[in-house]
Amino acid sequence: MKSAKQETVPIATSSDVVLARQKVRQWAIEMKFSLVDQTKLVTAASELARNALEHGKGGHMMIEQVENAIKSGLKLVFEDLGPGISDIEAALRDGFTTGGGMGLGLGGSKRLVNDFQIESEPGKGTRVTVVRWK
Amino acid sequence: MERIPILRMGQFLLVTIQVDMHDRLAVQLQDDLTEKISECSSRGVLIDISTLEIVDSFIGRMLANIAAMARVLDAETVVVGMQPAVAITLVELGMSLTGVRTALNVETGMELLYELRGDFHSENGG
Repeated sequence: MKSAKQETVPIATSSDVVLARQKVRQWAIEMKFSLVDQTKLVTAASELARNALEHGKGGHMMIEQVENAIKSGLKLVFEDLGPGISDIEAALRDGFTTGGGMGLGLGGSKRLVNDFQIESEPGKGTRVTVVRWK
Repeated sequence: MERIPILRMGQFLLVTIQVDMHDRLAVQLQDDLTEKISECSSRGVLIDISTLEIVDSFIGRMLANIAAMARVLDAETVVVGMQPAVAITLVELGMSLTGVRTALNVETGMELLYELRGDFHSENGG
C-alpha cells in the first residue's frame, strides 16, 4: 500500500469531532467516493473520533489516501493515549458499552468500512485503523 | 450559547436541524424540546433532518430519546426528510430508530401528526 498524501487533525473537544467529520467528507469528495460511501466513511469517523474523545481522553486522527495494485482508498487512523481496552472482543460486540452510549460505535463503524484493525494496550492507549476502498 | 431554534405552530413544535451538530448541541436540543413541550402543552413534534449529512449513533440516540420523552409528555414525534444515503448508513451502523416515527417530508410528516392526534380536521380550523 503506498500513500499519496496524509493529514493529521487533533481530537480534543466535541467541536473537533465535527471538524474531523468535515475533514473526512472533504477528502472523500476529493477522491470521488459515491455519496453512500462518503456517508459511511464520515459516520464511521464520527463514531471513532467520539470514542477517542470520550473513552481515550482525546487524541488525533490521521487521514491518508492509500493505493494498492488495483484501487485507491481512504485510510483513517484514530489514536488516543487513554486507558485502553482490556477486552477488545467484548468492545466490538453490539450493545456493549462502558459509557452511556448505545454500544454501536466500534462494531457499527466496523460494518461501515472494508478494513478494520484495532490495537489496544491497557494503560497505553488505543489505535483504530480503518480503510474504505473505492 | 449556540442553540437550535424551536418554532411553535399551534399545537405542534417544529425543528429544522441545519447545522453539523456537535454532541453538546444535540443534548441541548433534547433538553430544550422537552421543556418546550411541557411549556406549550404541545401535542406533537416535527423534526426535519433533510439537511443532515450523517446520523451517527449519538444523534440517533438523541432522536430516540426525544421521541421517548415526548411520548411520556403526551406528544408524538415525527422525524422527516432523512436522506437515502443516511438511511442506508444508519441501518448498517445497527440503528433502526425503533420507536421513532418517520415521514418522507415535512408535508407528509404534518399529515401524520394530525392523524396521530386523531383530530385531522383541526388543520384548517386550528
